[in-house]
Order: sequence, then C-alpha cells, then structure tokens
Amino acid sequence: MTIKVCVGSSCHLKGSYDVIEAFKEVLKKYDVEDLIDLQASFCLGHCAKGVTVLCEGSEPAARGPQTEVCDEGFILHGVNAQNAEELFATEIYPKLNLN
Amino acid sequence: MEQKLFDTNVQWIKYKVLKEVIRRAYEGGLENAYLEIPKVISPGPKSELNCCIYKERAIVQERIHMAMGGDKENPNPVQVMETACDECPSAGMLVTPACRGCLMHACQDVCPRGAITIVNHRCVIDKSKCIECGKCSQACPYSAIIAQHRPCMQSCKVKAISINEEDKAVIDNNKCISCGACVYKCPFGAITDRSLVLDIIKMLKESENNTRYRVYAVIAPAIVSQCRFGRITQVVTAIKKLGFHQVVEAALGADITLYNEAREFREKGEGAVMTTSCCPAFVSFVEKNFPEFKDAISSSVSPMVTTAKLIKHSDPTARVVFIGPCAAKKGEYTLAKTGGMIDSVMSFEELQAFVDARGIDTTQCEDTILDNASYYGRIFAKSGGLAQGVAYVAEHLGIEGVKPVAMNGIDQCRMQLSLLRAKKATANFFEGMACDGGCIGGPLCITHSPRNVVDVDKYGNEAKEKTIDGSVRLYKMSMGEDNE
Repeated sequence: MTIKVCVGSSCHLKGSYDVIEAFKEVLKKYDVEDLIDLQASFCLGHCAKGVTVLCEGSEPAARGPQTEVCDEGFILHGVNAQNAEELFATEIYPKLNLN
Repeated sequence: MEQKLFDTNVQWIKYKVLKEVIRRAYEGGLENAYLEIPKVISPGPKSELNCCIYKERAIVQERIHMAMGGDKENPNPVQVMETACDECPSAGMLVTPACRGCLMHACQDVCPRGAITIVNHRCVIDKSKCIECGKCSQACPYSAIIAQHRPCMQSCKVKAISINEEDKAVIDNNKCISCGACVYKCPFGAITDRSLVLDIIKMLKESENNTRYRVYAVIAPAIVSQCRFGRITQVVTAIKKLGFHQVVEAALGADITLYNEAREFREKGEGAVMTTSCCPAFVSFVEKNFPEFKDAISSSVSPMVTTAKLIKHSDPTARVVFIGPCAAKKGEYTLAKTGGMIDSVMSFEELQAFVDARGIDTTQCEDTILDNASYYGRIFAKSGGLAQGVAYVAEHLGIEGVKPVAMNGIDQCRMQLSLLRAKKATANFFEGMACDGGCIGGPLCITHSPRNVVDVDKYGNEAKEKTIDGSVRLYKMSMGEDNE
C-alpha cells in the first residue's frame, strides 16, 4: 500500500512534517515498513480539513469520521502527530490482512 | 494595466504582443496573428518609431514570431530579430561639435596612446591608435567626447555579439551563455527570448482541467519582488486560475541544493574548491571560459530541477512548468542533465501577459498560502543568498573549512575565477550569479528596482521554516535516502 502525506503549503503549515515523522515511527513499531510505501504529495486538494493523508488502493477499515473514500483509495483528514497511530491502527492496519 | 508596470517601453511592447497571442490561443484567431496583431499594436497611419508604418509592423511580426516560439532550429533561447535591429552606430570614441578646441586640451594630455591631436582648433582621434579607454571623454570639460558603442555589445560580458555585413547584431552561440543581458539592454528591443507560452497553453488545455495529468507551476523565489499589483499569495491564486493544479516554490529545491552542496563539499575532502550550479548562465560561463574548473561545478542539479524531481516522484505523470526571471533557464531545461524533469519555462513577463490576457485581476484574487520552503531557500533570489545559506548549513552539519564568496554578475565571476586560476583566491566555495544582484536582476523580471532585494528579504523572513530541516526531511523521504 502507498500512503501519501500532503505537503502542500496549507498542510505544511499545519504540521505535515510531524505527521510524516509520526507515521515513520508507527510503521516501524508495527513492523510494516516493507509493506507500506510512505511518500509525500504536493496538495491533495483538501486544504480546509487539516493535514491530509491519502491511502491508495484500499478502503478505510473502520470508516471513522475522519475518513473519506475517493477514487484512489481513501483519505484521512485532520491527521496530526498525536492521532496518527490511532488512525493507522483502526483504519489502515486491519486492511493489511496480516492475521 | 498601464505601462508603468514595466521598467521600459520595450518590455511593454513585448507584453502587448504576448498578451494578444495568448488571448487568441484561447479565443481564436491565432491563424491570423501575423496579419492582424501588427495592426492592433501599430494602428498607424504614421509610424511612431520607424521610417514607415510598414517597417514598424514588420518588426511587430518578428515579435509575434518570438512570442510563438521563435527560431526552433536555434538551440539558443536568446535570438536577434533582424528587422528590429536598428544598426546602431559603433564608431567608438567620437568628438562632437561641442569640442571648443580649448587651450587646455586635457583630452590630449590624458590619452595613454597619444591618439589625440589638435587640428584646426578641434580634437581629432586617430582610430588606429585609440584603445577606447574613455579617459578623454572623462577629462573633457565640455563633455564633447562621447563613446559610441552598441548597447547590446556593451551589455554582453562574454563578447558573444558582433556585427555582420548588413550591420546587424549577430550572436555567437559558442560564446553566448544565454544570460539575457542584451534582451533587457537593447534600446530597440531587437534581441529577445523565445516564448514557450503556446506550448504551455497546449499542455494546460490537453490536461483537461488536470484530469488527464496534472500541471504544476514551480515559481522562482524572485517572483516576490515582482508583485507590484497584488500580494504574492494573490499571484499564486492567479497562477492556479490559469489552469495549474498546484504552485510549488523552487525555494524548496533550493533548501535541498544547500544541503547537497554542503555535503558534496565535505566529500571532496581537504583542499576542496567548489562552485554553485543553480545559475545556468554561470555554469555555461565556467564551461566556456574556465573549462579547467568544470569539475569544480557542483554536481547537484538546480533548485528548479530538484523541485520538479520531488513533484514527479509523488505524481509520476505530472508536468512541470518553471516560472522565473531567467532567459538561460529556457535553454537549461532542454539539457540532458536535467533529465526531462522540466516540461517548459515561462518568464515573469509572460506570466503577466498570460494573467492579463485571461482577464484575471490579481488584486481581486483571494490569498493562497504559500509555504514550502525555508528562509535560506527563499533568499536564493539575491546575490549572496546561497553563500549565506551554505555557510549556515555547513555549520549546522559540522562541516569545517567552507569559505564562501558571492560573485555578483559576470564581471565578478570572471575576477574571482581568474584569482582562482592564479592560485590567489582566498575563498573555496564560489557562488556564481550571472545577473547583477542575482535572480532579482534577471533579464525577464518585470521590474529591476532596488526595492526587489528588500522584498526578497521580507519574503525569506516570512517563511515558517527558519532552517532547511523540513525540506531535507521531505527530500530524504521522497528519494528513499536513509537518515544520517
């Protein structure tokens, strides 16, 4: 799966780089670095909704309030360093079908 | 929009032609451009500029040709328009009727070659002896001796311009570094840069509103000095309204360039000598005039290319258009070393014409936040910015022994590199900028006011990132580099 963190100006100001770091940590912690390609993206077009993360080729596992299904997969809104792990664990990790 | 937008009337005419061409590319009538635009620009019946209205319109046709891409066989983006070239006199030192044949004749005393005699109460210069040093001109109390040179040849620091049998200016591509100084200096506007704006319009149209592929604009940091009407954040909105998916600062790539150049310096080890590589005219200058220092040119690609690399890594089908003040970039983007990362280049002049041709009022645009780069990346636009940045990064990374010098304009570049050649240089890191003042003095800037540098500093200070760390993190992650 590819995860793209928006680093457009608006998300950058809201802390994209912290989100990238947080995701790096989380991927390491869950030992899924080989399964997920973490990338940056220049503006995903959801500037008003906080830092945006696009998860390609998958559906959100829990379909929580911060998710939105789109053509490429689904989008996580309002991501920050604090909620990154929770969002990963509930929406992304189950979809990796590791069990 | 009024003429005062630009520094000169030459830019104003160029703008009017570009605007008309762009308008027709959208609204129709491009096929009749050569027939109809000259009459719009020069309605007549009398010519204001030339011997007759027909010549004036013929020159406008040449401008249309350049606005539509110019001579595509010529690899040099800077080209002479033959009809427009007014065959300026180039007599050298010339004695005017203001000479009073005085008793003092300071001119004669000051001449180092004994080229001046006084004949019939008038100063006479022997052309076979005169070296055109200009001392007589300075010494004459009546300012009676003038230097008659062609402004294009005067502006060309690499002596690439000569005069052909028809008395027209000719550019020697083997010497020309495409800096564009002559473009801004020719008083008849007879040398100009080819416009790629029609290619860009085609690219935007064929993207079908960024659905087939996305078109990104990468803006040079000098743009902030060009926003006379509206704020930079409004200009970003205006660029998006032209049909670009996203606007990204080249300053982001500049941050990464700093990081790469500082590391490269360290890898070179003791006794390292390095020059920057971000100014394509400077790189060309070194290659053509100081070939022995070719290997000293940093191997990192320019900020323009780095930024495009980042974009294309995250969006592989993306198209990237660079928007800047630079004529040489219009050549650089076609070079093999840029790896096809840049799809086209647009100048600030062309951007202004584009925005106005589409009826976009920048002052009425909402603000789009622009914040991708650090303070250091943003001050690349001025001479000395890169040197300042690399000193900071070297300290940050614990790299010792970097002694930077900023070479402002080709004359200073030549001087410093000559010192280096003679092993007399005190610096070991050479920032080279072909244009005086750096990119804010670029030939395709709308204005060249002293205020430009103030705007760049202000813009740098407004960056949220005070260090290059964020940009470098992004770069490492995108390019899959391990953390050090």
